[in-house]
Amino acid sequence: MANIKKLAENPELLSGGHRLCSGCGAGIVARQTLLAAGDRPVVVANATGCLEVSTTIFPYTAWRVNWFHSAFENAAASASGIEAAVRAQRKSGRLKEDVKVIAFGGDGGTYDIGFQSLSGAMERGHNLLYICYNNEAYMNTGIQRSSATPRGAHTTTAPTGKICPGKIQSRKDLTACLVAHDIPYAAQAVVGEWNDFVTKVQKALATSGPTFINILQPCMLGWGFPSAQTVALGQLAVETCIWPIYEVEKGVYRLTKRPKQKKPVAEWLKTQDRFKHLFGPENAGLLEAIQKDVDLRWEKLLALCGEKAAI
Amino acid sequence: MAAIKVAKTGNEAMAEAMRQINPDVVAAYPITPATEVVQIFSQFVADGAVDTEFIAVESEHSAMSATMGAAAAGSRAMTVTSSQGLALMYEMLYIAAALRLPIVLPEVNRALSAPINIHCDHSDTMGARDAGWIQIFSENSQEAYDNILQAMKISEHPDILLPSMVTTDGFIISHCMETMFFLDDATVKNYVGPYKPHASLLNLAEPHSLGALDLQDYYFEHRMQLAEAMRRAKDRIVEVGLDFGRRFGRSYGLFETYRMEDAEVAMILLGSTAGTTKMVVDVLRREGRKVGLIKLRVFRPFPFAELAREFGRVKAVAVMDRSDGLTSFGGPLFDHVRSTLYDLERRPKTVNYIYGLGGRDITLEDLRSIFVRLQDIAAGGPIDPLITYQGVRA
Repeated sequence: MANIKKLAENPELLSGGHRLCSGCGAGIVARQTLLAAGDRPVVVANATGCLEVSTTIFPYTAWRVNWFHSAFENAAASASGIEAAVRAQRKSGRLKEDVKVIAFGGDGGTYDIGFQSLSGAMERGHNLLYICYNNEAYMNTGIQRSSATPRGAHTTTAPTGKICPGKIQSRKDLTACLVAHDIPYAAQAVVGEWNDFVTKVQKALATSGPTFINILQPCMLGWGFPSAQTVALGQLAVETCIWPIYEVEKGVYRLTKRPKQKKPVAEWLKTQDRFKHLFGPENAGLLEAIQKDVDLRWEKLLALCGEKAAI
Repeated sequence: MAAIKVAKTGNEAMAEAMRQINPDVVAAYPITPATEVVQIFSQFVADGAVDTEFIAVESEHSAMSATMGAAAAGSRAMTVTSSQGLALMYEMLYIAAALRLPIVLPEVNRALSAPINIHCDHSDTMGARDAGWIQIFSENSQEAYDNILQAMKISEHPDILLPSMVTTDGFIISHCMETMFFLDDATVKNYVGPYKPHASLLNLAEPHSLGALDLQDYYFEHRMQLAEAMRRAKDRIVEVGLDFGRRFGRSYGLFETYRMEDAEVAMILLGSTAGTTKMVVDVLRREGRKVGLIKLRVFRPFPFAELAREFGRVKAVAVMDRSDGLTSFGGPLFDHVRSTLYDLERRPKTVNYIYGLGGRDITLEDLRSIFVRLQDIAAGGPIDPLITYQGVRA
């Protein structure tokens, strides 16, 4: 577990003044990641997306570490090249420090367009940490569906309409895909459980080889909630088990937080405008199906983590 | 300095240049006909013949992305590709140039799909002509080797900082064995010198952001800087080519003229066809025909002013395009040459030939007939058709 007093002594490597929305979770993810890194030297590769455009409007930058961006789908490939450069320059003696590469991508850049590049980097075993700040849609371009968008959510490319209740399909379980790459460390985290996330980042940075964290990041604009609720919403995602937080270390699953009492998923859905249509009488069946799906996945995860099944 | 006489294919020559350069990082993906370069280089890595960190990436898009990441991190970084591979890199080519990453890319010219075809034409390289890359074509394996070494000195120069692609013609050069000369390892090492990056993501003392969002207030200036660098590259290419000649006995310029001194008609083309054409020029010269050839070596930056000077005395020119721009007005080289000639007081007549698509041979007889037609045009004969698809079946 991270110690907040010690953490507070670490330098702020993501400065204020960037242009992310108030209440944006992506800034929290980046800031906490760099706080977790502390004095371990890191270099960041960023996919195109909210975090990138809002933190580096030329001639300004919010990053006090070396930072690189080239395109949308290639953060993992860029990070691979930077990591190879680290190895080459350490081998030749030009670089003394053990620099760790951290890649950030949104769910668009990670689940979808960057999936191949991510898979390639993970399979090749580069020593890097990839963090997906997952806000469950393409928020930078105006809330379009991604394969991380949950079933029933309204987005601008899977909108609710006279005959359609938002996104029809369930989301892809990307964390499971990454676990299937047999990487030494993969985890799910959430904005709002800061200590859990910081601890996971520190664990990943201390691990040699490819590591991955999928952090659910509430987006007030895309999800439709008051900007003061970001942290509370993240916590509620864990309490309703729609986004369980866990880690997989060398293939061994561990639930890092088990809610004392599992709340109905409707409690989470009703906090956000993107789900409001689900509460109409015509969507009662869908609501029920979503709950069933959450229950099923939760039971499966509990079994993987060696936890006692829910009643 | 020892010149080592060898018999090598174009691919072997390019791989050898890469071994001697010994880049910090190579990220590459195999594609016919460039696969061999990747394979040979992989064997160098496996045998410890290079210090390079080799990344066997999962696509050419990632090959270019990883190469760029390594270059941005202050490493000398290279990749190799061809055709569809270059097409898949397309997005990243523009970004590599604009981020001023001096990557050198050996590229084997191959037709773009569809129909899928593995043989030579220049449509792949021409597709990347506006990406901000220096583009150098090679007539044979020797030139491919020499051009790669020179490209390092051109791209990495602090006044330039632009990526370069050095091309050979697929199969015709890439798989054809020829006698050529390698330089010895120490000479190449000394020639390319240790890499001094302009900036590095691994310089922890001075953190910087590379690849920031540029809006209306800065984008234009940065694109202007890119354009200026490309303009400066022309002088640098000439300087490096002359210096290479002084050091190693083989000089290079922006283009090569062959028997142009008193030529009345001329052909201009790129790549391996130059070899065949020189032979045809010799034969026609023996017949007393005043024909000449301009082998364009550097397509980007395009040597407009320099070429214009060569055409002042010529009466008719055939512009030979080994790709079709599908503009309905001929190939890309035709566009450029016509534009080059426009400001001349005495403009030669020009015709365009699109030839060799998908590896279709161009024969001695084809070339001869084109020269003969040029002489007819020079004597006032008809220009119709302006654009000929040479060697295509009806």
